[in-house]
Amino acid sequence: MSAPNNSFDPVEVTPLHPDEVARMRDEALTAIAGAATLEELKEVRLAHAGDRSPLALANREIGALPPSARADAGKRVGGARREVGEALKQRQAELEEERDARVLVEEAVDVTLPTGRLPQGGRHPVTTVAERMTDIFVGMGFEVAEGPEVEAEWYNFDALNFLPDHPARTMQDTFFVESPAGGASGLVLRTHTSPVQVRALLQRDLPVYVVAPGKTFRTDELDATHTPVFHQLEGLVVDEGITMAHLRGAIDAFVENMFGSGLNTRFRPSYFPFTEPSAEVDMECFVCRGASVGNPAQPCRTCSSEGWIEIGGCGVVNPRVLTAAGVDTDRYSGWAFGLGVERTLMFARGVEDMRDMVEGDVRFTSAFGMEF
Amino acid sequence: MRVPVSWLKEYTDLPEGTTAQDLAARLIALGLEVETVDAVGADISGPIAVGRVLEIEELTGFKKPIRYCRVDVGRANGTGEPQHIVCGARNFGEGDLVVTALPGAELPGGFAISARKTYGKVSEGMICSASELELWEDHTGIIVLPAGSAEPGDDAYGLLGLREDVLDIAVTPDRGYALSVRGVAREAATAYGTAFRDPAEVEPAGTRGGGYPASVADPAVCSRYVLHGVTGFDPEAPTPLWMKRRLALTGVRSVSLAVDVTNYVMMELGQPLHAWDRAALQGPIEVRLARSGEKLETLDHVTRALDPDDILITDESGPINLAGVMGGLSTEIGLSSTDVLVEAAQFAETHIARASRRHQLSSESSRRFERGVDSAVQPAAATRAVRLLAELGGGTVDPHYTDIAGGAAAGPRPIAIAGDHPDRVAGVDYGRERVIAALEQVGCTVEQGDAQTLRVTPPTWRPDLTDPNDLAEEVVRIEGYDTIPSIPPRAPAGRGLTPSQRLRRSIGRRLAATGFAEVLSYPFMGERDLDGLQIEGDDPRRDALRLANPLSEDEPLLRTTLLPGLLKTLVRNVGRGFSDVALYEIGLVYRPRPGAPDHAPMLPVDRGPSPQEQETLARALPDQPRRVGAVLAGDREPATWQRRGSPANWADAIETAREAARSANAELIVRSAQHAPWHPGRCAALYVRVDGEERLAGHAGELHPRTVAAYGLPQRTAAVEIDLDVVEAAGEPVRAPLVSGYPVALQDVALVVEDGVSAAEVEDALRAGAGELLEDVRLFDVYTGEQLGAGRRSLAYALRFRAPDRTLAAEEIAAARDSAVAAAAERTGAVLRG
Ligand SMILES: [Zn+2]
Repeated sequence: MSAPNNSFDPVEVTPLHPDEVARMRDEALTAIAGAATLEELKEVRLAHAGDRSPLALANREIGALPPSARADAGKRVGGARREVGEALKQRQAELEEERDARVLVEEAVDVTLPTGRLPQGGRHPVTTVAERMTDIFVGMGFEVAEGPEVEAEWYNFDALNFLPDHPARTMQDTFFVESPAGGASGLVLRTHTSPVQVRALLQRDLPVYVVAPGKTFRTDELDATHTPVFHQLEGLVVDEGITMAHLRGAIDAFVENMFGSGLNTRFRPSYFPFTEPSAEVDMECFVCRGASVGNPAQPCRTCSSEGWIEIGGCGVVNPRVLTAAGVDTDRYSGWAFGLGVERTLMFARGVEDMRDMVEGDVRFTSAFGMEF
Repeated sequence: MRVPVSWLKEYTDLPEGTTAQDLAARLIALGLEVETVDAVGADISGPIAVGRVLEIEELTGFKKPIRYCRVDVGRANGTGEPQHIVCGARNFGEGDLVVTALPGAELPGGFAISARKTYGKVSEGMICSASELELWEDHTGIIVLPAGSAEPGDDAYGLLGLREDVLDIAVTPDRGYALSVRGVAREAATAYGTAFRDPAEVEPAGTRGGGYPASVADPAVCSRYVLHGVTGFDPEAPTPLWMKRRLALTGVRSVSLAVDVTNYVMMELGQPLHAWDRAALQGPIEVRLARSGEKLETLDHVTRALDPDDILITDESGPINLAGVMGGLSTEIGLSSTDVLVEAAQFAETHIARASRRHQLSSESSRRFERGVDSAVQPAAATRAVRLLAELGGGTVDPHYTDIAGGAAAGPRPIAIAGDHPDRVAGVDYGRERVIAALEQVGCTVEQGDAQTLRVTPPTWRPDLTDPNDLAEEVVRIEGYDTIPSIPPRAPAGRGLTPSQRLRRSIGRRLAATGFAEVLSYPFMGERDLDGLQIEGDDPRRDALRLANPLSEDEPLLRTTLLPGLLKTLVRNVGRGFSDVALYEIGLVYRPRPGAPDHAPMLPVDRGPSPQEQETLARALPDQPRRVGAVLAGDREPATWQRRGSPANWADAIETAREAARSANAELIVRSAQHAPWHPGRCAALYVRVDGEERLAGHAGELHPRTVAAYGLPQRTAAVEIDLDVVEAAGEPVRAPLVSGYPVALQDVALVVEDGVSAAEVEDALRAGAGELLEDVRLFDVYTGEQLGAGRRSLAYALRFRAPDRTLAAEEIAAARDSAVAAAAERTGAVLRG
């Protein structure tokens, strides 16, 4: 910084005259307001706020003024430059905003265009409904037991109190496996998931609370209501002091979880060699809740207007089964059930033809997605 | 069992106004599976009445003889004047009583009767045959009622039982007694609390002993044997209409009076009977087991080689009946049989069951014997039969009858149960009194033992009641299953799903989320499927289990690979117009175990098997590993408006295996391989490391063109199959990675390798050489071209380096990169491309 020039001649400097400063300022503001594009504004900036702009040049003259006049002129020119700068900034923002808006409009797309890349996959609904049924019991504390699909007759029949020449044994249309030599092998494709009962009792410590979902086989030809390969969910409880009331409680809990609350269940006496007493279980139709019964004006496809849907068989584990599995029948008792997975899916989701569940058509499977 | 309700009502008086539907519902609640209630004859209506043929005018000049009849129908036509009816049948004469459908009547099939002109006359109705009224099958002409059995104008509905409700009951194997009207009526009486009149309570017609000579060689197979005869029987006597009608309603065809009576009594009492022409018998009867080499020609004209397990009825000529299953032809009752001998017996259930299966003869008789008949009903059944025969066919009942009793297994054995056992089974507080009442209701004799125990003897018609729980079921069903309360189960805390169960779900979700649809194909296959896969004769996948009774002769084998089912499902989808298909299946395959026994051992059931016994059984079972299979065809990423389609190829198949392995947190090692059914140049063998050792997990790649052709698959179909159990075993728990915040250093290297050096080998070498600073390697380009020369390719890798604790210096980065390249050069001959 140089020393103040005290010997300055107090001559009027024209560019610093107030009127002149105001004129330069107004000229600049007019030009700024008139800039229609960012490019024009850039030129305006150069002309009115650049190094060689009138206000910049005027600013340089301040030094030539006598010290007494400098503050005044400095304030005047500085104020004008600030105003111009502000206006430029504002106009710049306006024009940028206009430009951005225009660009965004230009970049708009049709967001309704299809977006998929991978084909739609899905898990088979028989898998997912079986998982859902399983999980209801897992949520109650049950574990999931498993067994082989090619099973020894001893597990599939004998241990379950199907005596060798009893008609019950021939009622289940069984696939028999040949021995390599060509004769009987003592092996079958399991006709039900019940052999897992015996396996679970032999492999686990008591008490046993298990469910066993799985594939089962009978020699039925495939049609709208039958398939030779189908799925069941077996349930087994063996503990001290177990009664049919606990069985009913488990079935009721299942129905409530799966189909909603307030649905009645019904036990009908039946016969299975491995349970005694035995029952078939019906649940109140969750669609019509019985309103279709004797009411032709309001038929129900789900229950065929019967008001009840059969969901499976169950009963008190026959003590003979417990004996064959090495369980002390004086101390322990139990119950078991078998629920049909395909049946459950059919009425829960309105599947009308068993073949849809068998053929593997991608339209059917993909419709069900990932979870039941 | 089809039970006409009117027949059932003979044995119990159901409350006034009881409908068949209500009866069915109550029987269902008691445990009889009433499948349907058939309203037989519900489609018959209007005036149908008895008529007497007054006069027959034979009309001539038509293709067949026609009769114009004047028929007295009493006041059934409202006028009392004779009715004129044209009729084509000829089995009647003037004065006969017939059944007439008058104008306004409607017959089955919507056949409306009206007065109409035919054969030049006006016919005011129709003279009916049994078939037209759907009474029973009969094409011999119209019904002629026995003289004096009705009056003209009598209503035919009640007379013939035109309308009948019939219960169709699916009898479960334990309830053999329900294979009789008697058994079902007893349940109905229980259901309504009405009195039961037992049709088996009859006085014997004659004295015991001195009847037809007979002996039982083995009482263990025949615990009761009753023979009773009728002499002077008219073999041409017709079966009365009511009996024909009842038999027809139960589904039994009328044959002759003698045979019809035995069937009728069987339906009534559940006891199968046999009737012989006594004149055809030679000497005394002996009941015994067959001897090897014996033969018998049965009523169906089949000569059967007998098994030493078959129970036979024999006389001096040899075998005359396959006991309990079917009679022999030589002693068949015929149109000249005037002396009839009726047999009522109890045969051992298991022998009859085996004989029925062995000879593939399931009869009404064998069905009942298999389930067990009433051990005391034989004399009553024989009595009912001979009385009916004498009554309906004339003749005299023998004053003496044969009755051999005393087989060891004959009668019911008492069962000791705790008085509160039913309570503890059901979870209901019945109390001792109600338990006893219920047991007595079903026919048991209950003796009170000590304070805790009851000694219960089941009735003779309930051979199924052998165990305390059988008695508990009786109490529960009599008290009503609907009285069982609902108490939520109280399981101990469970451990949830096993890792293996979770893994299956996880893989399923992963594959479904990447565009695969799950299939659950049948696990059956045929040799042709394996041929199509180009699987050689010595491949273990040829060693498949065979079903003795497959549904289709084309698919008698149990699958050893998931691929046939997946490929056939793929073809089906393509055939339905879906060109881009990705499918997966998770399921078992079945691989016979080397050294497995020919027959699985039969273990006892009166105790639990020892671990050794369980092991012997386990050895007989095949290995049943769980597999994941997937197939892809068409575009993996279908063409869209944004991009061209990306065809599914071998790489997608391998990636699918990787997806599955990621679910298990297992690392797949990929090596090129040659393995059917894959393209020999586009097949990867997939390995995992389990406990430090490499194990083959499966294969993936593009299918062999011959497989593509054999299955009719889209070109370049890709497939993968891996063993889930192996992959699971290789899975490691995730360890948290160290996440460094220091800057990354990126280095690209392009390496030229000879063909035959695999990318996996190069990458392994780079990783090994780069050392710990390497964060990741990614192959981003593969180049072949003239610049490199034939037989070479350039692989370009992006290497990412990063240190956990510092920013890497340029020298460190260069050293790590050089070390990586050097390792690649040393191991694979790779040359850094300049
Ligand atoms: Zn409904």
